Amino acid sequence: MQLTINGQKKEFSTPITVQQLLTQLGLSAERVVVELNRNILTAEKHPETELKSGDSIELVQFVGGG
Amino acid sequence: MQIFLNEKSINLTTPSRLHLLRDQFYPQADVLIVNGYPADNNQDIHDGDRIVMIQRGKQPSSQELEDLMTARHTPGIQEKIKRARIGIAGAGGLGSAVAVALARIGIGQLNIADFDVVEPSNLNRQQYFIDQIGQAKVKALQDNLLRINPGTTVTTFNKKVTPENISSIFSDIDILVEAFDRADQKAMLTNTFLSTFPEKYLVAASGVAGFDSSNTIKTTKITPHFYLCGDGVTAAKPGCGLMAPRVGIAAHHQANTVLRLLLNLDEAVE
Repeated sequence: MQLTINGQKKEFSTPITVQQLLTQLGLSAERVVVELNRNILTAEKHPETELKSGDSIELVQFVGGG
Repeated sequence: MQIFLNEKSINLTTPSRLHLLRDQFYPQADVLIVNGYPADNNQDIHDGDRIVMIQRGKQPSSQELEDLMTARHTPGIQEKIKRARIGIAGAGGLGSAVAVALARIGIGQLNIADFDVVEPSNLNRQQYFIDQIGQAKVKALQDNLLRINPGTTVTTFNKKVTPENISSIFSDIDILVEAFDRADQKAMLTNTFLSTFPEKYLVAASGVAGFDSSNTIKTTKITPHFYLCGDGVTAAKPGCGLMAPRVGIAAHHQANTVLRLLLNLDEAVE
């Protein structure tokens, strides 16, 4: 299965949810913005959302300060 | 001969001199500036001269200010700026600087939300004054913006922004500036706003602390309605605090992104 993550193509051999992807990348759900195929995916949907081949996902993890 | 007097174009049919022009148009003026330089003698006027006549201590009316701004920014652009309604979530280092920049160019309406009061430690980067310590930030900022440009309508929300009140505070705006301090609050605002209002734009900031190179701060178009300013990585922490220069650079990236969106000048998605 091929996903595009922040513009980079990546291969995955097993199915993966958004929550699992965030864990794998070491990202924190409270500080992250996930856009799946141009739509915001809010945190409560991370566990149930399985990624499909061809999905494009943008991940932005905020850092503090302003 | 065509000249500009206080930003207005004037056609002169006969040759003229500076004091004659003053007596004709602004007899009370006591400061005369010709092409950017104070003029102390009665010089000849030439085609294309830009002349400003000021009466010391007299404030321009709202209409005069707007005319000056329209002339400086060109009419088509100023009309778009004046029609714009912008939200600012957070009135700290980012939000107060964005608000000042947007009020200076004559943005029509600003909705500003913050629950905090001005503290001494804020003054190293935030657009407040010592005598405003203890005041609600939104009130202090509203006062300062009114002094900068009374033509900008400032609506304040002295409360904490939550997922529940985002849709009411920012329902009537076109573009929202995310200017919070905490990472989780930045993410909460972005997630809630962009999922509630997919047709509106959000300009957020991340990675603005410390004194790393100015040139690592950039504006990235994440998706068509979501822009991010900052270096993306430099968090505020002990030894790497928030300071006026770098926070100001990021804030002005945000303000310029707002302006570019208003003028339909797009960036490419990275």
